[in-house]
Amino acid sequence: MNKKNLWLSGPYLVWIVGFILLPLVTIFYYGFTTAQGGFTFANIINAVTDSANLKAIGLTVLLAALATAICLLLGYPLALCLSRIGLKWQKAVIFLFILPMWMNFMLQMVAINVILEDNGIINTILTALGLEKVHIANTFGAILIGMVYDYFPFMLLPLYNTVSRLDGDLINASKDLGAGPLRTFFKITFPLSLPGLVSGATMVFIPAISDFAIAEMLGGGKIMLVGNIVEMSFTKGQYYQGSGLAILLMAFVIISSLITGEDGENEGGAMLP
Amino acid sequence: MKKLSAVLRGLYIGLIFLMLYLPVMLMIVLSFNESRSAYEWGGFSFVKYEALFGNETIMEALLTTVVLGFAAAALATLIGTLGCIGMLAMRKRVQKTVSTVANIPLLNADIVTGVSLMLFFTAIVGRMNSVTLLASHVTLILPYVVLNVYPKLAQFDPSVYEAALDLGASPVKAFFKVMLPDIFPGVLTGFLLALTISLDDFTITYFTKGQGLNTLSTLIYTNRIRGILPEYYALAALMFVGVLFLILIIQIVNIRSAKPQARGDKQRIRR
Amino acid sequence: MEKEKLIELVGVSKSYDGENVLKNLDLYIRDNEFITLLGPSGCGKTTTLRIIGGFVTPDTGRVIFEGKDITALPPNKRQLNTVFQKYALFPHMNVFENIAFGLRIQGVSEQEIKRRVSEMLEMVGLSGFEKRAVTQMSGGQQQRIAIARALVNKPRVLLLDEPLGALDFKMRQDMQYELKNIHKQAGITFIYVTHDQEEALTLSDTIAVMNQGIIQQIGTPEDIYNEPKNAFVADFIGDSNIIDGVMLHDYLVNIRGVDFPCVDAGFRREEPVDVVIRPEDVILTTPEKGQLQGVVTSLTFKGVHYEMDVEACGYEWLVHSTKMEPVGSHVGICVDPENIQIMHKPRSVDEEAAGVDE
Repeated sequence: MNKKNLWLSGPYLVWIVGFILLPLVTIFYYGFTTAQGGFTFANIINAVTDSANLKAIGLTVLLAALATAICLLLGYPLALCLSRIGLKWQKAVIFLFILPMWMNFMLQMVAINVILEDNGIINTILTALGLEKVHIANTFGAILIGMVYDYFPFMLLPLYNTVSRLDGDLINASKDLGAGPLRTFFKITFPLSLPGLVSGATMVFIPAISDFAIAEMLGGGKIMLVGNIVEMSFTKGQYYQGSGLAILLMAFVIISSLITGEDGENEGGAMLP
Repeated sequence: MKKLSAVLRGLYIGLIFLMLYLPVMLMIVLSFNESRSAYEWGGFSFVKYEALFGNETIMEALLTTVVLGFAAAALATLIGTLGCIGMLAMRKRVQKTVSTVANIPLLNADIVTGVSLMLFFTAIVGRMNSVTLLASHVTLILPYVVLNVYPKLAQFDPSVYEAALDLGASPVKAFFKVMLPDIFPGVLTGFLLALTISLDDFTITYFTKGQGLNTLSTLIYTNRIRGILPEYYALAALMFVGVLFLILIIQIVNIRSAKPQARGDKQRIRR
Repeated sequence: MEKEKLIELVGVSKSYDGENVLKNLDLYIRDNEFITLLGPSGCGKTTTLRIIGGFVTPDTGRVIFEGKDITALPPNKRQLNTVFQKYALFPHMNVFENIAFGLRIQGVSEQEIKRRVSEMLEMVGLSGFEKRAVTQMSGGQQQRIAIARALVNKPRVLLLDEPLGALDFKMRQDMQYELKNIHKQAGITFIYVTHDQEEALTLSDTIAVMNQGIIQQIGTPEDIYNEPKNAFVADFIGDSNIIDGVMLHDYLVNIRGVDFPCVDAGFRREEPVDVVIRPEDVILTTPEKGQLQGVVTSLTFKGVHYEMDVEACGYEWLVHSTKMEPVGSHVGICVDPENIQIMHKPRSVDEEAAGVDE
């Protein structure tokens, strides 16, 4: 437990520098150079001016914002409800709520397809009831459902952690001072839940805005998000343009984490209740 | 009034619960479906499991996934645990900087981590292979190991380690006899969580795996145009049960190690 | 007496997870008095306070406020305010907003709010702190804000749940004095919960000693200290020697083979009893003059007095005296008859809780 142990962190530090910092440097290098090796802003400028990119950015932001909003609207009441369950059961119930998230991500996508397909579960039920089929598979809606399903736990956990730590006496104090349930909610409960709301929103928004796999699996390759363009650029070897877009994505991540003060530890800790 | 709101609460909790479990349960139930079609019940059977075990491509990908997971988790646990011990010896400022950088993969979008690793490996070794995949997975899961081990290590009373040295143990012996048993729950949960994350990963793998190599996630992704194969139902059921098992162990270790036991005295002193 | 009853609890019981926290409790509280519910943790005192505040609904029994049954009335409709154990100040509001909270709910005009908040801040000695964040204030200051936040609504009753528990010793002493002042100034009823017997004795007009969900004794601090009704009260209020004895006949008790004259009567002949003697009532003298002979086994200087343990007749006597006897010295023990308290032995654990002595 003294300076003599410092060298033990050698491999760790080498790893951090070698596999976190250097790759980031590489991507910035590509993002700011031309294929000939000269310095340029063109890749970044192209990322935000190209019409296909702009369309994708708009769609992606809309989709990520909607997914975040839906997760929040579903998750906040749920967190409030869960925090009122008897303490003995709370941990177990939260555990059960997080569990489905651990089914393999790709298999989750497969399962959602089984439900949403044109001949899927929903449409089988609708047909059996004599109703008309709905076409959800391979649409914007299917991607949205997939994102909400996949990222919901990331919203629920920070929300629950904040709400369950709210001192019950604060609520009591508000009632004691004459506030009814509604006013207590808007003046006390809601403002004090904000840190959890913000943290949950970041943890949904960041993966949602950078997704390409959900869009590919549930959108049938018809809907191009920023992530899909990045993926295509890199698989086609267009590293310079791709890096420009990747840097744009990173900017989104940095901005939203600066706004919310999220440092990532929350996510690591929040993987389990 | 109170009863009514309790009922409504229960209903809401139940509804979301159902929505979350619908896909999982569906896959498990359909995995025993004799019928090849997902939407008709053809009777109970194991044909899908037979198909799964008979499908060499999927079994190979499963093997790759598991071997990769264990190898990456083991390597990350080793590097991470040693790293934590070293970090304790650092000055607070340095420590803070190191952990900020180390947590970048946690916060950053997976796709950015993936493509940056891909670019980096392309630049230095030319093409992706199993080694770049392993290195990438270790990078992805290292923060989870550190986040589990470091708090346990920070709680560890250094005077106990010093006492062992004082009683004649060599530093290595003192580590294995005194320190490791104390921080073991953190190391174990770190390892298991890292393993789980590695097994579940798609994005990082996709960009760093190299030609011809597939984990389950990338295999399903690559075959997406072929639609939903019957093998997937059986695979989903087995994977869910497997990961459930891992998560349960993590929970049990966490709960066990949270109990004060005989270490209560030491904790009191530090507070 | 009757007409002074402001709050009355009638046959109140409450259990959590099958554990009876309150057992058929009856209690009335007079207007303007400072009443303390005193007892060890888990005795039901906080539950009682929460039932009065409306945060807990009793399983059975009624809560009556000025003759009206308020058992089912929610807390926001009750004419009383609470100072919570850890103050429960709203962390997202500054000092001014915290205190103004109740007034805003009532729809008081902004001007009036300003006037009343600054009046309150002056009373608790925190004028000029309006804009401060409550999270940046010391425990003592938070405590005062909590009191101001409650009192600004001009409640009929102020409920205080271990309000000094989180403060250090010196601060506690200052706040005790201040609470007493505030009580006088506000001219309302204070219901105070604590486990600290010294606090209870200093502050209260009336003390209700509770144990295991039952009121053991209720009375003025003097009554409770001088005439404890049972061994629990005697032991809980101040230090006591509680010794097994046998009542030989009226006015004579045998303690460990030695007869002591006393002033108690009405016991059965040869009845085993608990004898309670306060440590300051044990007089040390020379072995020859003592009713009992013993040896000093420990000696501690306590500032105002010395505390000694004296081993005599197989019992360790706790003695407070301004004169010290060195450890090992042989001494005599005397007790004046009027300082000996005789109590019936409880026949079971439950009766011990109930303090049956009729």
